[in-house]
Amino acid sequence: MSARRTLLLGLGGLILAIGLTFLLDPYRNYQLALVAAYLCATAGLTVLVGLSGQLSLGHAALMAAGGYGFALTSQALTSAGVGGLPRFLAATVAAAVVAGVLGLLLGLAGARLHGPYLAGLTLTLVVAVPAVAASVGALQGDRGVQMQFEGVPGPLRALIALEQWQAWVALAVAAVAVTGLALVRDGRTGLRMRAVRDDEVAAALAGIAPARVKVLAFVVSSVTAGLGGAVLTFVTQSVSPGAYTVSLSLLLLVAVVVGGLGSLLGAALGAVLLVLLPWLVGTVTDMLPLPSQVTQRIDGTLPLLVFGLLLIVLVACAPGGLAGALTAARARRRARRRLTAPAPTTAPPSPTAPAPRESARTPTEG
Amino acid sequence: MSLLRTPPTRRHARRTAGTFVALATIVALTACSTPAASPGVDEDTVTIGTHTPLTGPAAAGYSSISAAASAYFDYLNDNGGIHGRSIEYVVKDDAYNPATTQTVVRELVQEHQVLAVVNGLGTPTHSAVLDYLNENGVPDLFVASGSPSWDQPETYPWTFAFNADYITEGKVLAHHAQQTHGDDAVYCVLGQDDDFGIDFAAGLTTVLDELASTQTYAVSNQDVTAQIGAMQAAGCTVNFLATVNGFTALALGTAAKMGYRAQWLTSSSGGDYPTLLGYLGEENGPALLEGLVSTNYLPFSDDDPWVELFRRVNDEYNGGAPFTGNTIFGMSVAYTFAEALARAGEDPTRESLVEALKSGDVVGNGILPLGFGADSHRAFGGVGITTVTGGVQDYVGEVWTTDNGDGEVVPYDGEAVALENEGIPQS
Repeated sequence: MSARRTLLLGLGGLILAIGLTFLLDPYRNYQLALVAAYLCATAGLTVLVGLSGQLSLGHAALMAAGGYGFALTSQALTSAGVGGLPRFLAATVAAAVVAGVLGLLLGLAGARLHGPYLAGLTLTLVVAVPAVAASVGALQGDRGVQMQFEGVPGPLRALIALEQWQAWVALAVAAVAVTGLALVRDGRTGLRMRAVRDDEVAAALAGIAPARVKVLAFVVSSVTAGLGGAVLTFVTQSVSPGAYTVSLSLLLLVAVVVGGLGSLLGAALGAVLLVLLPWLVGTVTDMLPLPSQVTQRIDGTLPLLVFGLLLIVLVACAPGGLAGALTAARARRRARRRLTAPAPTTAPPSPTAPAPRESARTPTEG
Repeated sequence: MSLLRTPPTRRHARRTAGTFVALATIVALTACSTPAASPGVDEDTVTIGTHTPLTGPAAAGYSSISAAASAYFDYLNDNGGIHGRSIEYVVKDDAYNPATTQTVVRELVQEHQVLAVVNGLGTPTHSAVLDYLNENGVPDLFVASGSPSWDQPETYPWTFAFNADYITEGKVLAHHAQQTHGDDAVYCVLGQDDDFGIDFAAGLTTVLDELASTQTYAVSNQDVTAQIGAMQAAGCTVNFLATVNGFTALALGTAAKMGYRAQWLTSSSGGDYPTLLGYLGEENGPALLEGLVSTNYLPFSDDDPWVELFRRVNDEYNGGAPFTGNTIFGMSVAYTFAEALARAGEDPTRESLVEALKSGDVVGNGILPLGFGADSHRAFGGVGITTVTGGVQDYVGEVWTTDNGDGEVVPYDGEAVALENEGIPQS
């Protein structure tokens, strides 16, 4: 895909998604904003794991870094008298920078490690960051940093609800993050990442510096995770250590695997599942005639169970995840169509039947 | 890359657009929920909701509160409800995580269309939705936290407190300690590193001027050896605790292990005898807890008619769950909401519910009547002192009232609110 096409597709997707918000009620818009926030993180993670072959269990910590960066910058600017769009942009950039620097450090160490050792290193980070945040006075301990309430900006106030506005902002940031990742994936850097993932020695012989590529992958992935944390902080007006625990890290990874490793569409599906599954399970259990004590007990734990089962079933039946299953189904359909109607008159025979891009992204690890 | 040019892209874009439209249609179809004239109220039910930790580390100490409240609403519904409507109490788990609170409270307001959010639990969690609820004009009643933030009628007209605030508790406990131990004692405090600890310590210093040692802990760190050690080293003889139940137990246990003896006085949030006994165990618990001083503002003594009623409801509607301070708390909140609803008129609205509270007619069931009024959203203006004697926790002495500024601590000369009509409020 040429860079211009990717940009146009990103812009078109954003406009469509913003149009979509008019069809949704406020709660749905709030969920959409959360999906957009998690999408930033899952998209970054899927590029890191699927393309560069490095496993990270630390993405919740990188989101937290972005969230704190956003909240503290935003607060500092508020007390300096800066408001509105400049404050939001500066705070978002700060979030990306904080997460990016943390990711750079992590990547520098991670480029020397493989497999379980890298996973262990990133796990340390996700355990350490909330603990440090909880004990540093400037970060307000367990309570976290609360942000000033900010409504819909003036002229739009009569038109849209707060949740819709938050969804717009979240979608815009997510569109930037995902488009950026798509550009990286389709460009030279993406090719290098795949080369390093598949065979480091061969890549080095071809003139690629594997360590540099791996560190770059970590930085890119961290920046988008930081953007996700910034969006989450913007939407919930607070950032606290309790929101970015190991379990969120694991859920992000599960979402990426369930969605389909290495695929941005899969990352989006994973983010949707991450937000909708607890709500769906809650709605279903509400409809079942269960005694209130049972529902109280399973509320909160059942979604995790369903998520786990989904992971096992998908890995067993469709290792490519949801996105992989979609691609496979599409390829099957196309093959069947070719068998039944050997000479289609409208479309020229597709030269790229199962696109090589897809096969290059089929997960071999993770 | 060159293989990917032209034809697939346009088709791809079209397909993406198709997917978006399909997705939009599905979501729009499922999202249809027509808002009622008055949210949460229909022919025969009133729907309200709460956020509370049912999972995660805080669940152990608090999950029994919402269960007790649900049991009381079941009892009320079996006895005709309020104005012929039964009350449906939607309990949402937030795992004591402010980010989750944001989500579940929006779900309550926008999906379940609740009339009010009742007894949302926790300072950090509830702070995260305070603006949202007030911005949307949703009654935010009886917050289960002693932060003074809930009593700001000017800024947050829809929010009403329930717990006696931490400043009041701190002042009364400090006053009691001063009367009992005099000026020679060395006073110290161990507090949670958030508003709970800060406000409580502010209350203490209003009365005691100075504390010999001020220690703090973070909930995420299950070790207070350093803090207790510092208090021992400072020679503290009378120690105040702004701790949740788990950390009260931890502090007492740690001190005992270090062979450090002192008088302990704890906030009502961390001074519930049955709960503490659960943490410390039947074997050592009674000895460790003997003499523990705490505060309370709800009916508490075993022979109190309210407590007898609550015990009955607990056996019948709560499956005979362990009867603790949390049970009384949950049922008291439920009763107080029922009373407010009864005073809000035949067809209650969000506005009439808040008006009923502002009229000052809702008195609750405490050892002193609720202090709600046109310019006060403070629930309890005072607290009583409890001690543990021979394994029984009960009130001693008078009920004390004070403000949450630097006013005097004075004895309350009124009566506790009496039980009427088997705890079924009449309009």
